[in-house]
Amino acid sequence: MIGIEHYLVVSAVLFVLGMLGIFLNRKNVIVILMAIELILLSVNINLVAFSAFLGDLTGQIFAMFVLTVAAGEAAIGLAILVIYFRGRGTIAVDDVNRMKG
Amino acid sequence: MIQIFAFYLFAVLLIAAGTLTIMSRNPVHSVLWLIVSFFNAAGLMVLVGAEFIAMLLVIVYVGAVAVLFLFVVMMLNIDFAELRAGFMKNFPLGIAIALVLLAELILGIGAYGAGVLELGTPDGSAAPMTDKSNIENIGALLYSDYLFLFEAAGLILLVAMIGAIVLTHRERASGPHRGHQDIGKQNRRRPEEATINTRPEVGKGVQL
Repeated sequence: MIGIEHYLVVSAVLFVLGMLGIFLNRKNVIVILMAIELILLSVNINLVAFSAFLGDLTGQIFAMFVLTVAAGEAAIGLAILVIYFRGRGTIAVDDVNRMKG
Repeated sequence: MIQIFAFYLFAVLLIAAGTLTIMSRNPVHSVLWLIVSFFNAAGLMVLVGAEFIAMLLVIVYVGAVAVLFLFVVMMLNIDFAELRAGFMKNFPLGIAIALVLLAELILGIGAYGAGVLELGTPDGSAAPMTDKSNIENIGALLYSDYLFLFEAAGLILLVAMIGAIVLTHRERASGPHRGHQDIGKQNRRRPEEATINTRPEVGKGVQL
């Protein structure tokens, strides 16, 4: 029988995969953005699973808002990436030191 | 029974596609695996009866965000040597993914027809079901209780759109600034050189 625990485990594994992706891909900012998308997807799975578990639709509404923010974040992040590539000719994370952070 | 099988298929493929997303050497492959993982997550959501969010996931993520990623990856022109390396080499993988997707679609439709997967409630009873559809309920809730949050979400999308356009807009260095204002030229203008709309009477407008 499938319970909420199954959904939570899938979501947790996906979240950890996203975190791992951020740390593994030290070279490519695009893959880091995709890993962030994976993390937000795992959050959405959690919200929807609890929404079905509790019989409350609020979780699904919030999943929609998470989706909105994820879409905006992807658009802005990729725009920043494009102008960065235009200026520097590379998107390697290790070379991003213009702000001396 | 079919729902349990569908759940495990979706979950395993979701995690496998997520792993391949972060492990792929080629960013184009990463985007394609990301699309596969979004499809599987949509399947998981359909199983618990959240049809609207699942469709939104397919439309927004696969239709917009993933295509945006693909555009950027291809625009940046990072590594295309691997991409050009033959059609036949990728053929078995493509066929395998297509067959898996077909099996998932058939299973998903079957599981959807068999009813919603009951996750149970904290006190052990079944979750309260309504006779309306999922989309109807979400619409009733979204346009009443969450109306202002919904409008704020629209505002976020507007700001993101304007921001992306402003960030990536490239000013042409040479050539006429078509559609741009030249404030100095506007201020130098005098009434004598202006074009004025007059209403001459009949026979007085032109000197013959």
